[in-house]
Amino acid sequence: MTSKKYILGVFNDEDVLLNAIEQTRAAGTKIYDVFSPYPIHGIDDVLGIQRSRLPIVAFFCGLCGTSFALWMQIYMLGFDWPMIIGGKPHIALPSFIPVTFELTVLCAAFGMVITFFIISGLRPTLKVPVLDVRSTDDKYVMAIELKEGTDISKLNDLLRSHGAIEVNEKEVVK
Amino acid sequence: MIAIGLILMAVGLVIAANSGGGHGEGHGEAAEAGHHAAGWGQRLLANLWMNNVYFTGISVVGVLWVAIQYVAYAGWSASIKRVPEALGSYILVGGVIMILVFLLPILFTGHNTLFHWTDHSVHEVGNPNYDPIIVGKSGYLNVTFYVIRMVAYFTLWFLFFKWLRRESMAEDLNGGLNHYNKSIRLGATFLVIFGVTSSMSAWDWVLSIDTHWFSTMFGWYVFASWWVSGLAAITLTIIILKQMGYLTMVTSNHLHDLGKFIFGFSIFWTYIWFSQFMLYWYANIPEEVIYFQERLGGNNNHFTWIFFFNLLINFAFPFLVLMTRDAKRQMLILKIVCIAILIGHWFDFYMMIMPGTMGGESGFGLIEIGTALTFLGIFLLRYTKELSKASLVPVNHPFLEESVHHHV
Repeated sequence: MTSKKYILGVFNDEDVLLNAIEQTRAAGTKIYDVFSPYPIHGIDDVLGIQRSRLPIVAFFCGLCGTSFALWMQIYMLGFDWPMIIGGKPHIALPSFIPVTFELTVLCAAFGMVITFFIISGLRPTLKVPVLDVRSTDDKYVMAIELKEGTDISKLNDLLRSHGAIEVNEKEVVK
Repeated sequence: MIAIGLILMAVGLVIAANSGGGHGEGHGEAAEAGHHAAGWGQRLLANLWMNNVYFTGISVVGVLWVAIQYVAYAGWSASIKRVPEALGSYILVGGVIMILVFLLPILFTGHNTLFHWTDHSVHEVGNPNYDPIIVGKSGYLNVTFYVIRMVAYFTLWFLFFKWLRRESMAEDLNGGLNHYNKSIRLGATFLVIFGVTSSMSAWDWVLSIDTHWFSTMFGWYVFASWWVSGLAAITLTIIILKQMGYLTMVTSNHLHDLGKFIFGFSIFWTYIWFSQFMLYWYANIPEEVIYFQERLGGNNNHFTWIFFFNLLINFAFPFLVLMTRDAKRQMLILKIVCIAILIGHWFDFYMMIMPGTMGGESGFGLIEIGTALTFLGIFLLRYTKELSKASLVPVNHPFLEESVHHHV
């Protein structure tokens, strides 16, 4: 059983929050996460979150789908069990395109979803600690992980000086 | 303020294009006339027709684009809407040229050689040219009704261009939501009208060249080609204007959205193209597949390279290049893709019109380049003049603030 402590700065306003994030990071404090009732425009840049690399996964999964579909159809209809359909050659590429298209989309989509689940650790047994339930209603909560030796009162001052209406401490048991 | 710079650019372009164009045509005609006297008139006619259809399409897409933004209550596009709005300025010129190109040969020689169905002899029973299939279609395809339809399309398109433009100008002066709400009603009406007229004009102007052949996808196909070229033209203008120092409110976020538009509709065009091709190719019924036979393999492989070039430049190139987010946000890459698409869809119209009018005789020489440049010159003159008539920023647009802060 490990437990972690967080300092929670509660904010009333989106713009104040964005400014506070910037100032907090500028002061050298690492922010664990920010919770808000809805996605905030531009928060990724302010938090310094890097762009997702999921599109690259999608591209290569799609490529796999394309190759698999073409290989499957060419092998099946051209070599393993050649059939004449509609008087066309055994390997008639235009008629393979719809299946290839569908498999490309399917592989790219499934590849993306599965990769996302694995990378972000989403699984049925996952327990998500809600640090402050009001972050699902009308408050914005910035969480900073409390490590040994962190000066709580300094952190308190920092958050309050940038517009936090409350600063709380919360312990999460994992 | 914006006017002076733009007009200078336009005049410069037009002088260059017109002299280049005139020069090209003169040479091409003279050279052609030496070889086969019957060919050059038809070739010029086909070129005039083709370029006019292409540029008229781009022009009307500008109006459609504005209409869609209104109907969708789109906020992001408010700061760039003056650009597509001005595109429609070519509609009237296009209409006049099209009626002249269609009617003049009929007035002088009795039939227009671009359109086989205008020939009297195919309608006369007993004549060796008698064609019962064309006679069966004569209820729709006859000169009078054709001209009435043509006038109707252009009148409707031009009126809606004028009305939308007028509301937009009045909004600059008066402000308020009145003009915006009226534009939405106008836009919605135009969408319905364009939904019908775009397909019908495609049947009239392009499909009826191959009179016997028909395709239920053809209206969509021509529309897809027009639409993606129109999007490329809008984006290209915005990038050029931005690089010249105008449209400072346009950020890479707006370009990103325009890039997505182009990317998506390139695929849409390919989808339509393929859906049309595959069914005919698979069924392989002689009277249907003849259309693709003329273009692929037929006419001594005259059109084969354009057939594949068409797919390469209009699908593979934008698809692979515009796939990443960064590519859509960079002006240079977007500019290259826009130019490629504009050239590519010019060839797409070449593929639609030339095999039916010129057969294996069609060329790609000074006449083609000259006519294209002349049309480009006229088009740019009308377009830039219209652009310079108003502020590039619709100052009282209710969504302008949202557009300035657009972020994706």
